[in-house]
Amino acid sequence: MKNLIAIPVLGLAVMLQTAIISRINLLSGAGDLVLLVLVAWSLQESVENAWQWAVLSGLMVAFVSGLPAYVPLIGYLLAAALARLVIRQIWQSPILALLSVTFFSTLIYDLLTYLALLVSGSPLPFGDVLALIVLPSVFVNFLLAIPVHSLIRDLALWVYPPEELI
Amino acid sequence: MKNFFSRSSQTTILFLVVVGVLALTLGGYFSFASSGFNNTLVSAQSWISSRFLAVQDFLTVPRDVIALRQQNAKLQADVARLQAQVVQLQQQVSQTQALAALVNFSRSNPDNSYTAASVIGRDPSPFLHYIIVDKGSNDGLRRGMPVVTDQGLVGRVDGVISSAARIQLITDPSSVVNVRLQKAGREAVLVGSIAGDLSLDQLPQDVKIETGDVVLTSGLGGGYPADLIVGQVLSVRKRDSDLFQQAAIQPVVDFSQLKIVLIITDFHPVDITPLIQTP
Repeated sequence: MKNLIAIPVLGLAVMLQTAIISRINLLSGAGDLVLLVLVAWSLQESVENAWQWAVLSGLMVAFVSGLPAYVPLIGYLLAAALARLVIRQIWQSPILALLSVTFFSTLIYDLLTYLALLVSGSPLPFGDVLALIVLPSVFVNFLLAIPVHSLIRDLALWVYPPEELI
Repeated sequence: MKNFFSRSSQTTILFLVVVGVLALTLGGYFSFASSGFNNTLVSAQSWISSRFLAVQDFLTVPRDVIALRQQNAKLQADVARLQAQVVQLQQQVSQTQALAALVNFSRSNPDNSYTAASVIGRDPSPFLHYIIVDKGSNDGLRRGMPVVTDQGLVGRVDGVISSAARIQLITDPSSVVNVRLQKAGREAVLVGSIAGDLSLDQLPQDVKIETGDVVLTSGLGGGYPADLIVGQVLSVRKRDSDLFQQAAIQPVVDFSQLKIVLIITDFHPVDITPLIQTP
């Protein structure tokens, strides 16, 4: 039952992404709310179903976007994997972990998109991609990451309430 | 008897004195005295009145503050409601104007049949310039159908579900449109970019291009109908070392403000891919 919460949360994130976030551009870059929700969810220690969230995010975005379907699927799975790796093994500081995972997952996702478009016959100038899309997107994601993280942390506490010691 | 006279004479004298004083006062002979008296009277009156008003304020203002607060809250609610109505009406006016322009466009181009659709979103990926509209295959939309506004060409339908469709804008980096320069009468290829700029490619060096030349769809390739306005030449880059010259195009459509679009539903694109020989 706890997995079902992913459907309305990610559905809302996709709707907000297409209706609002994608219209707010910094140069040609834009934030990725679905990625931020996924990263914030995967960074919660109590969460056990980050993989399901990654697959569902990938499927939802693949349905809406014109990108090849494997891009959001692989991109979000890599982002979730990175978040789980960071939270389990490397840092215990949530803000530092959040910003690091946001930074690297945005880079990985955009690089994957760039390669997919290259393979599908739409080569883009890498310098323009870096300056106009990747760096502005990273910046916007940084701005959105902390409020999204606090909302998702509250959601995780609601879904996985901490056990009380007797 | 003596008392009677003395009393009546006293009364008469007093009456005469009073009448005399009044006559002198009215005649202005006691003005210095009357003005002093009046000033004293007015001052006293003012002092009493101001004290009374102060006491009245002290007693009544607290009740008025409560009433004013209630009235203020009610007025603020009214203002908020009216502001919401104004915003709603402005949106309706804007939508009506856009629809009127589209109706005019469809009337002036009766050869095609159109379906109007509202823009409800954009592609989540910043790499792609796609929009999502609220009409789909239930409304007769099919993949490849051209999309326009009253100003000019927007793009074409890229994907369709029952109640929505995804449209690739001509500014998308992978978009390619065969166009014709109206003045020069030569064909070229219009391509998009990640920044949303349009440019003409594969334009031979001998073609004379001028700033302001109108760019129309050529109809070649079967992807778009001919003679749809795309934009105007903004600048030309011509270098002797290049095989082709390039031109930056200013689109006639403001792609950041797209709200309602028209889909040309009776145009069936031709896929010429099988005819293109690959080396």
